[in-house]
Parts: sequence; structure tokens; C-alpha cells
Amino acid sequence: MNAIGVVVFPGSNCDQDCLWALSVLGAEAVPVWHESTDLSGLVALILPGGFSYGDYLRAGAIARFSPVMQAVARQAEAGLPVLGICNGFQILCEAGLLPGALLPNVSGRFQCEPVHVRVETARTPVTATCEPGTVLQLPIAHAQGRYFAPDAALADLEAREQVVFRYVNAAGEPTPESNPNGSLHAIAGVCNREGNVIGMMPHPERAVHPQLGSTDGRLLLAALQKVGVSWRGPGTDGGGGQRAPAAASVELNAQAAAGSGGGRQWQ
Amino acid sequence: MRFRVSVRICLKPGVLDPQGQTVEAALHSLGYTGVQGVGVGKAIEFILEASCLAEAESQVEGMCRQLLANPVMEQYEWKVESVAERASDEERAVRA
Repeated sequence: MNAIGVVVFPGSNCDQDCLWALSVLGAEAVPVWHESTDLSGLVALILPGGFSYGDYLRAGAIARFSPVMQAVARQAEAGLPVLGICNGFQILCEAGLLPGALLPNVSGRFQCEPVHVRVETARTPVTATCEPGTVLQLPIAHAQGRYFAPDAALADLEAREQVVFRYVNAAGEPTPESNPNGSLHAIAGVCNREGNVIGMMPHPERAVHPQLGSTDGRLLLAALQKVGVSWRGPGTDGGGGQRAPAAASVELNAQAAAGSGGGRQWQ
Repeated sequence: MRFRVSVRICLKPGVLDPQGQTVEAALHSLGYTGVQGVGVGKAIEFILEASCLAEAESQVEGMCRQLLANPVMEQYEWKVESVAERASDEERAVRA
């Protein structure tokens, strides 16, 4: 089996879109219920968009405790390509698998519109077939997409080539107008230090057919499938390309936490 | 022992708070021109059963770290107060 798993949380609403988009590309894809703890045999994993657990407390805050997330963390550490889209990105940040956090848009509104993003690095499974600098048109649909990380963490992300996508204009330049939600450094997507866990706010699965206004999402999903299959290796079960475990992004969040003013007693 | 817990969560200083800015602008337009630095956060309140105050405080701190606040962009404060035994007596009476 060379299937990509699409995790379904209570409140996910882009899971069927992801499964359909992958089928359009001829990729094998299976839904993975959030109570599942067995991810064996999958070549990649998508955490789709939606409103898991109603976005209560903070987007992604409760989904990160779903049983499947421990398995996701284990597999991510082993090197499995994991893509979080929109709410999936928020969940990966809350889980500490990606650095930073996603805050309400500066506009205060839910924003649903096509945007341009620039591919900043080809070192991730979703951008492996893109030249850095490539401009893609993808739709966004979110209320909490403003990427935030403390200054030191942002500098670290830039230095370690962990910024995967940046909001730009059609000419590929980041401008204040081309940043739809107020994300710091115009960040639309990031990866962990190893590059195998990626989160992005735009929806590639909604850009796979001319009738949807763009087919640029195909590039990313097709690359994910291709890299996943070669990572897992044909016919193997355990994964040929296992990488050294590291918890880099967790460290980043821990650094941020160390600077927090939490824990004071309020009288 | 029963404790009443209040947790207050707000954005860390320096994190842009568009909701706070919008509320501040609205207050200004109502004539409250002296208002500045509005921040909008969350209050979470609950009753906690624990063996003693220290145990209750330790649990609340754990809840804040694990779930209630995201230390990347939020800070939190909490208050744990013992609930008078009389209150639980009253509740028992109501249940009876």
C-alpha cells in the first residue's frame, strides 16, 4: 500500500476535499479516524482544514490531544512526511510539532480568497519539485491565520530555511497588501528543522482543477505523494529513510514558553 | 476539598491584539478618550476537587501549561480559593 492518510477530526471539513484531490492526481488516499493510533503503511499524512472541536479555546488546541496525535508525533519523528493544511497547521503548532502559533487575522474577519504564495525552499516533501521563487495561486479560508513567533524564533526559522511559503503579490514580491492576515514575515507556511513536517494556511487541495480557478495545488500534493513513496521505499513496511529523531520545533516553543509570564498567582 | 478556580489568559505584551485595538477605538468614539492599552483575553472558571490547596494549585498550573494557555503567545494568571464547606452542605441539602 502506498496510501496517503487524511486524518479526520470531529469538525474537520476539508478531509473529503483532500481525498478527492489526491484521487484526481491518481494517488491512493485513505481517511484516518482521529481515534486511530496505527499509522503503519502510510507514505504520508495530511491533517486537513476545518474546525476541529469547534475551534474552542484556540484553533487546534483540543485536537492535539486526540489519540491519533501521539502516533503522528512518533511517525513525524521517524521522518514520515506530514502536511497540515489550515486547521491542520494550527493543530501541528499547538502540538509543538511546528514552531509558532496562529492568531486571529488582523482584519478580524474570516477571509476566503485566492492569494499568491512564493515557494521559499525546495527541501520539503511538498515543495520538492518546485524551484524556490515559484509563485503559486492558492485559496485561503481562515479566521486565525496570522503566523506569530517570538523574534528570536523567527530569526531562527529564517536562518534554518524553515519558512516554506510567503504571501506575495502576483509578481512574487511580499508587500503589505499581499499579506492577507498580518502574518509576521508574511509567513504562509513553515516546516520543522528536518523539513518533513509542513504546515500551511492556503489550501492546495482546493486548487487541483481548472474549474476551481487554479491547478497549482497539484504540484504540492503530487510532490508529497512522490516523496512519501520514495521515503517509505517500495514494498517496505518500516521505512528505509528513517532519520535521526529530533525535537527541534518543540525546543523553539519551549524557548518561547521559558519567556512567558505565566504561573503568577493572581490576587 | 473544593476550590473555586479562576484563570485569566491574555496575549503577551508585544503580540498584536486587533480585538483590543477595535474595542479601544470604540471606547474612544463613545467619549472615553482616556482609555489606552486595551487587551482582550479569556476568563476560565471552574470548581476543582483536590486534597489540599497546594495540590489544587499544582493541578491548575499543569492545566494552564498543557491546555488552557499557549505559552507561545499567551500569558496566564490564576486564583485558587477554598470553597466554604457550608456551600457544599447547602448543595447536599438541595440534592436531598
